[in-house]
Amino acid sequence: MISGTKTPRAYLDNAATTPMSDEAIRAMAPFWSEQFANPSSSHAQARAARRALDDARDDLAETLGCHPEEIVFTSGGTEADNLAIFGVARAHPGEVLVSSIEHSAVLEPAREVGARFIPVSRDGAIDLQALDALLGPSTSLVSVMTVNNEIGVIEPIDAVVEHVRDNAPDALVHTDAVQAVAWFDLADLASSCDLISVSAHKFGGPKGVGALIVRERARALISATHVGGGQERGLRAGTENVAGIVATACAARHCKELRVEAGKNTGALRDELVDGLMAAYPGAFECAPRERRVAGSAHLVFPGIQAEEMLIALDQCGVSCSAGSACASGALEPSHVLIALGYSPAIARSAVRFSLAASTTQGEIDLALSVVPKVLAGLSAPLEMGD
Amino acid sequence: MRVLVAMSGGVDSSVAAALCVEQGHEVVGATMKLWGGDSDSGCCSVSDVIDARRVADHLGIDHHVFNFTEDFDRSVIGHYARAHAQGRTPNPCVECNRHLKFGLFLERALRLGFDVVATGHHARVEIDGMTNQVSLRRGADAAKDQSYVLSVLTARELSKILLPIGSLTKDEVRARAAALGLRTAVKPDSQDVCFVSSRDREHNRRAFLQERIVLHPGDVVDHASGRNLGAIDAIELLTVGQRRGLKPSGDGTPRYVLRVDLRSAQVIVGSLEDLLVEDVVLTERTWVDDPVPLGTLSLVQTSAHGRPREARITREGISFLKPERVVAPGQVVACYRGDVVLGSGIAC
Repeated sequence: MISGTKTPRAYLDNAATTPMSDEAIRAMAPFWSEQFANPSSSHAQARAARRALDDARDDLAETLGCHPEEIVFTSGGTEADNLAIFGVARAHPGEVLVSSIEHSAVLEPAREVGARFIPVSRDGAIDLQALDALLGPSTSLVSVMTVNNEIGVIEPIDAVVEHVRDNAPDALVHTDAVQAVAWFDLADLASSCDLISVSAHKFGGPKGVGALIVRERARALISATHVGGGQERGLRAGTENVAGIVATACAARHCKELRVEAGKNTGALRDELVDGLMAAYPGAFECAPRERRVAGSAHLVFPGIQAEEMLIALDQCGVSCSAGSACASGALEPSHVLIALGYSPAIARSAVRFSLAASTTQGEIDLALSVVPKVLAGLSAPLEMGD
Repeated sequence: MRVLVAMSGGVDSSVAAALCVEQGHEVVGATMKLWGGDSDSGCCSVSDVIDARRVADHLGIDHHVFNFTEDFDRSVIGHYARAHAQGRTPNPCVECNRHLKFGLFLERALRLGFDVVATGHHARVEIDGMTNQVSLRRGADAAKDQSYVLSVLTARELSKILLPIGSLTKDEVRARAAALGLRTAVKPDSQDVCFVSSRDREHNRRAFLQERIVLHPGDVVDHASGRNLGAIDAIELLTVGQRRGLKPSGDGTPRYVLRVDLRSAQVIVGSLEDLLVEDVVLTERTWVDDPVPLGTLSLVQTSAHGRPREARITREGISFLKPERVVAPGQVVACYRGDVVLGSGIAC
């Protein structure tokens, strides 16, 4: 009952990480064994690794809608975001603006470079008027995420880019698209933004691989934060993670092939889950309208419930999900996103994030719908201590 | 039973968890994150959480982290600062037990379907098989006994608490931990006030309070003569009964703080004899079970490791059989019969 390894489980934490696709696992396997060579060496074995790396880069560029030489592989989304903020702060100094609901991988570097924060509306959309007021000739970088990792809201990046080009023509636009790749084509983003962060394990790839797409326009305005052997065209030194990069390209392609169909199915499962839970707990609400969120986002506030408690109870009943973000000790912090939306700390501690992926099954939703209402009822019942 | 063990990452709670597992209970561990500030204490740091988690892994039990920092800030830190601002001497460990460990933690455990919580306190909870009467007794290790900081609990909470190591000495606890191969076996004991660093405690206590309350300068006034003996820079930092920091009188007899009068900003000092009282008035009185009759002879302990003294239970509080040093206002007074806790109160 407690560890839950024997009971069936519903994995509804896909915004944290997704299971790897079988294709990706198979694709990476040879690079742990016979094709282990360092792609930077100059012998035949190295050339095989180099070839695989270059093929993967071409493949991923085609999938994402950018040029191969624009892809800078990193150790993940966090490093890509750090490279974008710190790298631009070094080579293109000026004022940095970031949205107040960014992931901490953007927020923390932004704080270090003295960034200013762009407010969002109550439903999570970037406040374009406030953005206009903040933009100016000294603005060097604007970073607004494509999809928020907690509430799943899709930001109007095209409008952001337009406003930046109009009001601060010298500024670069970065978008953290880590939560977007699973749900939509990045080609449009790639054609308008200057810098785009992605992370492989959010779309069926391995942990430990990400990329910053650096468009040609931005190339001269960013410098490396990792220096050493000059890999990734000098923007990210360190021996390339060949196996991980090969698997990433494979996972991205697989994800793109399934995207339209999976999006529809996942959206239907999400709607079933959210509607069921809202019916089960009067007072439950969503922070943003569903049509402005990705199909896998089932983020709900249950006023009167402590999310920290709910996660443990759900875990014991076989449902894996998340809430807010955890600090170094593993303790849950009240969601900074909900605070930025204008909610009270009490509400920010009552929000639970169920997140679906193309791999989510009807069985998992059925399990969640049978378990979650019971847990909610149990946790909201008055406590009888008695002797 | 389903048992939720409060695991601080120290050796006592590690062994408490191990004993619960040995006894065949269904056990889960949880570490409370209580304090977000700087402290070198043995409490709430990331490495303590890792110790607790790794001990749980070793024992094959699940482990969770509860974020109670805001509650701790309100119920323990706030209380600590307020008490000092009022010239009182708080017991933060007692408040933490009352509001956190056996308040929020216990309530959460019950809501999550656990039957009881277990902690690594050196004290014993016993339930009479015939009468179901619950009692709290001193731990087997007299030097480590923590029944004093649990004395504010009543049968209502005690009936939901297991104290598995209460019948062991500290050496036995460490030996058990070592025999089980627990990584916490040789970890140093935690300190009393976890949120004020023990390195240069006086300096840190002042710095800690300065951030939270206004510290006022005052005059040191002799109780007998009414003479002003000089100035002191922060009267809120003094404790009734304190001798440290006060100059002895002309004939060399030590001086003690008798009273802190915030309104007139005076610290009244006097000799040891001036400090002696018989009656102590108590508020917030609790009884583990039914209130004991007035006049009951009891052993009274007025600090965490203080020597018990004989006193009778009175309507207002307690009355020592022979004069004893005054109890600083705000201190918990625990009353025992033998080694069984009868109840408690807060000195006025």
